[in-house]
Amino acid sequence: MIRLSPAASAGLRDVAPILLGLVPFGLITGVSGAAAGITAIDMVFMSAVVYAGASQLAAVSLMAASAAPWVVLLSVGLINLRFLMYSASLAPWVQRYGPGARALIAYLLVDHTYALSVIRYAREDESFDRRDYYLAMGVVVWLQWSVMTALGAVLGAQLPATLQLDFAVPLSFLALLVPLVTTRPTLVAATAGGALAIVLAPLPYSLGMVIATLVGVAAGTLAESVVRGRPGAPRGVEAR
Amino acid sequence: MNRPDVWLMIVLAGAITFSHRAAFIMLGSRLRMPPLLRRSLAYVPAAVLAAIVAPALTVRSGVAVGPFDVRLIALLGAGVVAWRARNLLITFIAGMALLWSGIALFG
Repeated sequence: MIRLSPAASAGLRDVAPILLGLVPFGLITGVSGAAAGITAIDMVFMSAVVYAGASQLAAVSLMAASAAPWVVLLSVGLINLRFLMYSASLAPWVQRYGPGARALIAYLLVDHTYALSVIRYAREDESFDRRDYYLAMGVVVWLQWSVMTALGAVLGAQLPATLQLDFAVPLSFLALLVPLVTTRPTLVAATAGGALAIVLAPLPYSLGMVIATLVGVAAGTLAESVVRGRPGAPRGVEAR
Repeated sequence: MNRPDVWLMIVLAGAITFSHRAAFIMLGSRLRMPPLLRRSLAYVPAAVLAAIVAPALTVRSGVAVGPFDVRLIALLGAGVVAWRARNLLITFIAGMALLWSGIALFG
């Protein structure tokens, strides 16, 4: 039996409530991979190497749609750009640890480990073992993700085609997208990106998706400047 | 796609993803992000997800779908559920239920 440090135990306590919420996303990602024709083994490999749900979903659906390899890779890169922000925000907290520990911290960086750790670090003092806290959470979330995507991939391959499980792919993207749209600029970014993607859909290799994303990002950034620039306008106006 | 090609793609996708995660944690303050880039990054998730999902609403196998397409209606219904519930599992169940009942009724 391994004895956990107090910080590691605190990490496990903090991450426990969100583990249940992660079950469906892992299963659905695995099922979507199977629906897109990715084998369970490849899905497990992907979960271990890429370890980022939304980008794994995008990659399998684009590969199934015969997108050009560079389009698949660019989409993965774009969806995972948020990790640059997380990395920048987390870096000052973990600078005192060695390169090996920091590489492991980087590998295990996902939305949940990021959010929980920066909240906790801000409350604790210098003596808090940030590495133990983070790695305890990170390993549990990683294990859960690997097991759930594998389970989803195996189950998905057994289920009959009449269930239309390939519908899981656009459905999960929609479920990820809608809660993101909380401000006017994000609404502008999503609308511009979505509308242009429809217009450009005839372009080969899903090229239209890449152009639409870049224009959507530019439109959102521009809209933010407009909202900010207007005198008296509140910051981050609710879209609804 | 051949399996070695799939594996190569997965390894490259993993390398790109790790480089984003590791950039500041490994290189620390030696990296600087321009403010405009930092602001723009906030809009990437919404734009990229919308750009992926929107053509799935309106085009299937390269052909535009009609306004009474079962999948289109099921996705729009799931969109309303996603907006109200903000929960992946509930949205997923609602969308699949809408699709199955649509096929059972009109399919």
